[in-house]
Amino acid sequence: MKKRWMAFALLVGALAFVAAGCGGDDGGPEGSEDITGEISIMAIWGGAEQESFQAVIDGFTDLYPNVTVSYTSGGDNLAPLLSSAVEGGNPPDIAAVGQPGLMQGFAEQGAIQPIDDLRDEIVDSFGESVADVGAVDGTQYGVMFKGANKATIWYNVASFEEAGVEPPETWEELLEVASTLKAAGITPFSVGVDVGWPITDLFENVYIRTAGEEMYDQLTNHEIPWTDQSVKDALAQMAEILGDESNLAGGRETSLQTEMPASVAKVFSEQPEAAMVIIGDFAPGVVADNPLEPETGYNVFPFPSIDGSGPAVVGGGDIFIQFRDSPAADAFLEYLTTAEAAEIWAARGGFSSPNKDLDDGVYPDEITRATASGLAEAESFRFDMSDLQPSAFGGTPGAGLFKAFTDFVANPDDIDGIAQQMEQEAARAFG
Amino acid sequence: MSESVSTAEAPGAGLPPQDGGPGVFQRHWTTIVFLGPALALLAVWIVYPTIRTIIRSFYDRSGDEFVGLDNYQTLFSDDTLVTAIKNNFLWLLVVPAMVTAIGLVFAVLIERIRFSVAFKVAVFMPMAISLFAAGVIWRLMYEKDPSRGTINAGIAVVKDAVSPPGALQAAQPSTDAVEVVADGSLVLETPLEPGSVAQLGLTGIRASDVRDDAVQAVVPEPLQGGITGVVWRDFKPGGGTPGVLEEEEVGLPGVTVELRDVNGRAAYTAKTNPDGTFGFEEVEAGTYRAAIGAATFAVPYAGVSWLGERLITPAIMIAYIWVWAGFAMVVIAAGLAAIPRDLLEAARTDGANEWQVFRRITIPLLAPVLTVVFITMLIYVLKVFDIVISIAPGSVQDDANVIALAMWRTSFGGVNDFGLGSAIAVFLFLLVIPILALNIRRFRREV
Repeated sequence: MKKRWMAFALLVGALAFVAAGCGGDDGGPEGSEDITGEISIMAIWGGAEQESFQAVIDGFTDLYPNVTVSYTSGGDNLAPLLSSAVEGGNPPDIAAVGQPGLMQGFAEQGAIQPIDDLRDEIVDSFGESVADVGAVDGTQYGVMFKGANKATIWYNVASFEEAGVEPPETWEELLEVASTLKAAGITPFSVGVDVGWPITDLFENVYIRTAGEEMYDQLTNHEIPWTDQSVKDALAQMAEILGDESNLAGGRETSLQTEMPASVAKVFSEQPEAAMVIIGDFAPGVVADNPLEPETGYNVFPFPSIDGSGPAVVGGGDIFIQFRDSPAADAFLEYLTTAEAAEIWAARGGFSSPNKDLDDGVYPDEITRATASGLAEAESFRFDMSDLQPSAFGGTPGAGLFKAFTDFVANPDDIDGIAQQMEQEAARAFG
Repeated sequence: MSESVSTAEAPGAGLPPQDGGPGVFQRHWTTIVFLGPALALLAVWIVYPTIRTIIRSFYDRSGDEFVGLDNYQTLFSDDTLVTAIKNNFLWLLVVPAMVTAIGLVFAVLIERIRFSVAFKVAVFMPMAISLFAAGVIWRLMYEKDPSRGTINAGIAVVKDAVSPPGALQAAQPSTDAVEVVADGSLVLETPLEPGSVAQLGLTGIRASDVRDDAVQAVVPEPLQGGITGVVWRDFKPGGGTPGVLEEEEVGLPGVTVELRDVNGRAAYTAKTNPDGTFGFEEVEAGTYRAAIGAATFAVPYAGVSWLGERLITPAIMIAYIWVWAGFAMVVIAAGLAAIPRDLLEAARTDGANEWQVFRRITIPLLAPVLTVVFITMLIYVLKVFDIVISIAPGSVQDDANVIALAMWRTSFGGVNDFGLGSAIAVFLFLLVIPILALNIRRFRREV
């Protein structure tokens, strides 16, 4: 016991020395031994992700040796766990949530603490539009430390080579690539519509490009109806792909029964059934026994621009919020805004940081670098719209938006009918 | 034994001697010790949740506002919930009867076959897996694509043997010069006369699907008094120019080309060479159209959409019957073994045929067992949940919905409306009660 304590003291001493040495000019995090206390953190990460996050925590305790941090993984049940912990009056000090709606609910209940003091640092590191993800009615509550880029299209490199096509940069080029692939006898797209959310992501990516951020926000808050012409235009744009059954691997019926991971596996295969899949940056992770190598086997390109739209990213992320205010908890959130904290996890892989100060050289491979820098460099970042809806409308398999989009794939000609269906469901959910 | 021990120990332990030995208190004490834990568990896990659910069903989503019977009204007016109720009644009508009938048939038949134990084990085996796992298995078997779904693969083997897929399944004309006619064959627009050269460019053919002997396509020389032409894969990496035969574009060998006369009848046929060329020598004067018959483009069997909105409920029922038929068989077989043989023998001696013995002797004697199976299945089918959620893809869960699934989806699946969810649970509870009551009465009678 005593031995371990001495080793620890030595380590702390050494690290304090290192920290003192490299703090200063580069604006990196400066630790302090003055801050003491214990903080508990809860997030969804388990397994390898938990190890990576633990490394981030270790980076923090190196700087603040007198703070003890304990982490609990809530897994997929994080939301109900947190809600019941708040109800029971015993929430963790800090939690990372994936749904801004959950954060908003906690803010309205007064369960989480504002962190307006950190606002400037958050804007400096992440930019205005990512910072706003953690704000409720102008008050800053959260830091989106980990991001997800859903404006990505994955493709099978061999299929692209066989048809002699290059990753497209515009929507027209995308359609051209699709028709060339078809001429080569290769089905262009694999879509997994089983539950419908992959199509909501496609819609959001199209909509932010055709209608712009402002209308995206208005539609998100149901300030304009889903029967708005802009929605119908976006649906018509999507129908350019989904309307032609020969674009879809296995045709319409099969697509409606294909689960998302299977739709990705159809592209990430040595005998691909389709050349492209429109899905977020997590795609490689959902294929079990992926037979292909990154870059040479599969690769990724950003969602193309439509009518000259600038780089926009629709994505998600984990937002750190604070249930109990303490100097230690404040220090932790501040630490998360630094590039140093992001670098620890980024270097370990499986992580995209929205932090603009992070040097993208730390990412372990080209593909993560491409998706992550797309996230950090986006001119406009918007949180996944369906995640911002009341869950009855935007997050329920077989209901609301998910259902409307599966119906749209089944019947892409009926744009007016689908828009009306969405508006009805939205009106009911927003009450 | 324990009494003698306790009386023997009592004085030693310094307890005051009890009047009348092991008395009323001690007997109650034993009852409490034995019943207590069970009662406590029942109270916590059954009684309290039931009461709480009933109360909750009269409140709105947030639980703050009393809404009376509104949730129950929604239950019978919301489309998806009404579908769930309808589906559940369909389940009640079909499944218990089918399971009992199939179990009975199996039970009777296995009495008469050799290796009956092996058969019993095989039929009973599905009971050993959880319904959820069974659902996952069936979901895979029901996949539409014959290269994934076992059932469609079986059908495809038969179908494709009867009508084999063509050599160029998904081929399409590369330009408007070739049109697809109603019967599925491709016809060159321009009429041909002796001396003409036909060019039929096709796309949509995978490079790997082209025969190995294919070589660079060439446009053949015109032939005096005959018609020549070429069928080629009008594609090179990047696309090339449709309709123009370019370098790197290969011929399609082995394709049957027809020359159709003015009546649309195939007057001549020929097969293409490795460079895609074909030729008809000595063609009678007149105009012809070059065509490739529909058989060349016949697509392989695409599979039945078991998991589509129309077949999903029957498909799940089949899987469910597969799981439970074994249970029914084993229970009924036990009942069958208990039937006195002499009754059957007597009937046979009296001249009854096997059907009459079965109908008039076996079934009436088995009635109590059949009822148990049937009622058990009624209760299980009312509560059916896990197999539905594991087989039905999200896109058809509305069509496959049943009451228990509707309850789960409403309460936990994202809608998070505990008021309405509780109302559905109460409705389900009310449906189960009469069957439970029936069952308890039967127990009483048997005791």
